[in-house]
Amino acid sequence: MSKRAAMNETRYSGPVVELKHVSFAYQGTPVLDDVSLIVDHRDFLSVVGPNGGGKTTILKLILGLIKPAKGTVRLFGASPENTRHRIGYMPQYASLDPLFPVSVLDVVLMGRLGQGMSLWGYSRSDRRCAEEALEKVEMAPLRDRPFFQLSGGQFQRVLLARALVSNPDLLLLDEPTSNVDVAIETGLYELLHRLNEQLTIILVTHDLGFVSRYVNKVACVNRRLLTHPTCEITGEMISAIYGSHVHMIRHDAKERDRISHD
Amino acid sequence: MTEFIGDLARFPFLQYALLAGFLVSIACGIMGSYVVARRISYIAGAIAHSVLGGMGAARYGEVVFGLSWFHPLLGAIAAALISALVIGLVSLRAREREDTVIGAVWAIGMAVGILFIFKTPGYNENLMSYLFGNILMVSREDLWLTAGLNLLILVTGLVFYRQFLAVCFDEEFVLLRGLKVQAYYLLLLSLIAFTVVLLVSVVGIIMVIALLTLPAATASYFSRRLWHMMGLSVIFSILFTSGGLALSYAPGLPAGATIIIFAGIVYLLVAAVSSALGGRRFIA
Repeated sequence: MSKRAAMNETRYSGPVVELKHVSFAYQGTPVLDDVSLIVDHRDFLSVVGPNGGGKTTILKLILGLIKPAKGTVRLFGASPENTRHRIGYMPQYASLDPLFPVSVLDVVLMGRLGQGMSLWGYSRSDRRCAEEALEKVEMAPLRDRPFFQLSGGQFQRVLLARALVSNPDLLLLDEPTSNVDVAIETGLYELLHRLNEQLTIILVTHDLGFVSRYVNKVACVNRRLLTHPTCEITGEMISAIYGSHVHMIRHDAKERDRISHD
Repeated sequence: MTEFIGDLARFPFLQYALLAGFLVSIACGIMGSYVVARRISYIAGAIAHSVLGGMGAARYGEVVFGLSWFHPLLGAIAAALISALVIGLVSLRAREREDTVIGAVWAIGMAVGILFIFKTPGYNENLMSYLFGNILMVSREDLWLTAGLNLLILVTGLVFYRQFLAVCFDEEFVLLRGLKVQAYYLLLLSLIAFTVVLLVSVVGIIMVIALLTLPAATASYFSRRLWHMMGLSVIFSILFTSGGLALSYAPGLPAGATIIIFAGIVYLLVAAVSSALGGRRFIA
């Protein structure tokens, strides 16, 4: 990275993500319609909505993997292709091959690719950063464990470490709690809560109620997008997004913790 | 077996065959591991079969137009590279019809080869050795060519190990880290194409996929990391090629088919034992 680019990164103080009147369609079927969204520094945003509602599309727009048909997407005030290296991305668990022959450390080191790479192998500082990231997610003792011997929760933690190892300014997580049980889910959210002291976090999930203790903004996406502060999640809002046939259950996270630890 | 060992000291063609098996095993173990881990053995299959088109065209040019420089191996390399790039570009650009294109490359390559061979005057003894391989016909020049290609594959495959590993595991993530994923993927497919050409001389076009994937698939039961898998599959590959060659010698069986059957039996045994133990892997 050039010196000037690095200076611009430190000087920029606008919104981390900005979508303005964005529309997108897959082969004629509209997925997003006039969507606007602002994510500020140190926000913890949860993007929720039904399957096919456009959650993944928003994520891909922010990552610059697709371009909007109408409107603009800005990431750190610039086009996403130029700034997406500042994102730590954690893909869905199911998108990876669980039989792939890699160790935990191998996976985390992938997050160091593209950062002043040496010609041959990973550098000592790459390895140190990877060790630190593994310690943050409490996976350091399992660094040599092959990927296919991990549980769902350990798998997620490794992917989170890989996202963290590039020292990102924005953490983007796609369904991080699929495939894990409630106790691990709580642990993961508490970890994210701690990371949120320095990082902006965007989390895509279909799991509404549980997130609300930690996030400060919720974006509900179903072709259109509504943003709310978390305290406003109501039954009406949920049925507006998901349709009327939804049963709302009140979760008391503390109580669930206790039950799962018994 | 004893007959094979006895004759090995006397006949250079046997020494060449054994050496060829050793050499191709290095490329085969490294690139085969990428193929198995990334699950693209059908792409390797299409590249292998399209090689017949290149070999047939080269042989035709040699006989009809007297292009003596146009060695069938050159034709094979050209055909393999073209197929690899066509399939690679299609799979990167338009994913949904990838399998159709692979099938088309596979069959068109063979059809072109058959037409050229049919139109080449004289007795076509070559067709059988293209299809089923003939490790006992390997010459001194072939060995040099094999060694050169091998070196190219070995060096490139190891220098870009980090990138290839990451691209195979999670293409999207690597793209987001700012690497040229398309270039790396096409380079990987080109190296696979070179490896396929090397293996054609040993087991022939039809059985290349087996020799490329069986050692790596067997090794995968004992490996926790990709480079472990590579090292082990080189060893398995040497075992299969030299073992198959030795077993085929005394009864006068075709070496290529014997190598494949040997490799197949070992793989199936390992897979069966693993699944009998509840799908476990044999890792310390």
